[in-house]
Amino acid sequence: MSKVVHEFTATVPRWQPYVTPVEIDKATPEQLEAMQVTPSNKKISAYVLTLAHDPESLKVRSPLFNAIMYGKGGLSSAERELGAVAASVVNACVYCAAVHASRFNQLTKRPEVMETIFAAGTQAELEEQHQAIFDFAVKLSQSPPAAGPAELAALREVGLSEVEILDLILSASIFGWANRLMHTLGEPVAD
Amino acid sequence: MTLIETLAGVGAGSPLAEALAQRAQIMELSQASHDAVLLPREPGGLSHAERAALATRMASVNRDDALAAHYRALLADAGETPVLAAIAAGEDASQAGADARLAALVRHIDILTARTREATKGDVAALVAAGITEPDVVRLAELAAFVNYQARVIAGLRLLGASR
Repeated sequence: MSKVVHEFTATVPRWQPYVTPVEIDKATPEQLEAMQVTPSNKKISAYVLTLAHDPESLKVRSPLFNAIMYGKGGLSSAERELGAVAASVVNACVYCAAVHASRFNQLTKRPEVMETIFAAGTQAELEEQHQAIFDFAVKLSQSPPAAGPAELAALREVGLSEVEILDLILSASIFGWANRLMHTLGEPVAD
Repeated sequence: MTLIETLAGVGAGSPLAEALAQRAQIMELSQASHDAVLLPREPGGLSHAERAALATRMASVNRDDALAAHYRALLADAGETPVLAAIAAGEDASQAGADARLAALVRHIDILTARTREATKGDVAALVAAGITEPDVVRLAELAAFVNYQARVIAGLRLLGASR
């Protein structure tokens, strides 16, 4: 029996949709294209099969997400993941937080950072550079967005460049998008 | 220049403009996302006018007057009704004269904009109970998710552009 996961964790659960995903055998050519289904890639997640109900959005969102999170240069991958986790904590997206905490841990080998964030939430106390990044992303993720000159000045003080700060804005914001899909269209379960 | 850069008031030749030039593909894909979510070829059960009205409302909750004005103009282009104009202006759905279906859309959009963390399985069930199809539930979530993404990118760029 699967149990819904309510607490933040770096162990990635399974995502279970609240709506019926598209059945791959019944998908339209446009849906297949948006899901990037090819003869060698037929294993599509429940999340992507759910989003395939709106293929026009899915087709542009996937490359946008990849460009923001995995594009070359600028902010380090681990720091983009930190921005993603900050947004996911604000929006209580347990699944998103798990996936991106796990990526942060793989990149940094420092699980204690995510343990601190998961225990203290938006009030987490971190080392200087992580703190500046986390606090900026938390404030930007609030509704309405509340990042201001003080949070920006802290990023400049730890030495982030213009393009690195831009990458942080983008990675926190794209999780404002991802959280509003994953947290509202389904839930994380442990099997 | 894309909509996000225009609304953020990015100055030509500024350090921010140089940084954005390195992320031109992201700005173009953000623009394409806007078109896919606000002006889709296949809108399903959510008309272009309803999407523009809900987007105006979300931009206002995010306290972005310029973004709200953009979506208010899209609503006028799409053919507004008094009910949708009232929803766009942030009025309570029942006072605006919304029917049960539109009221359910507005309720869900308000949760996904201001209180995402509180969304539950029951909120999706409420949409379905109001006659909204499952594909439209996904379309509605994409609409809310995109506009809230866009409002944050614009807020961040304005802050960054103003600091030098």
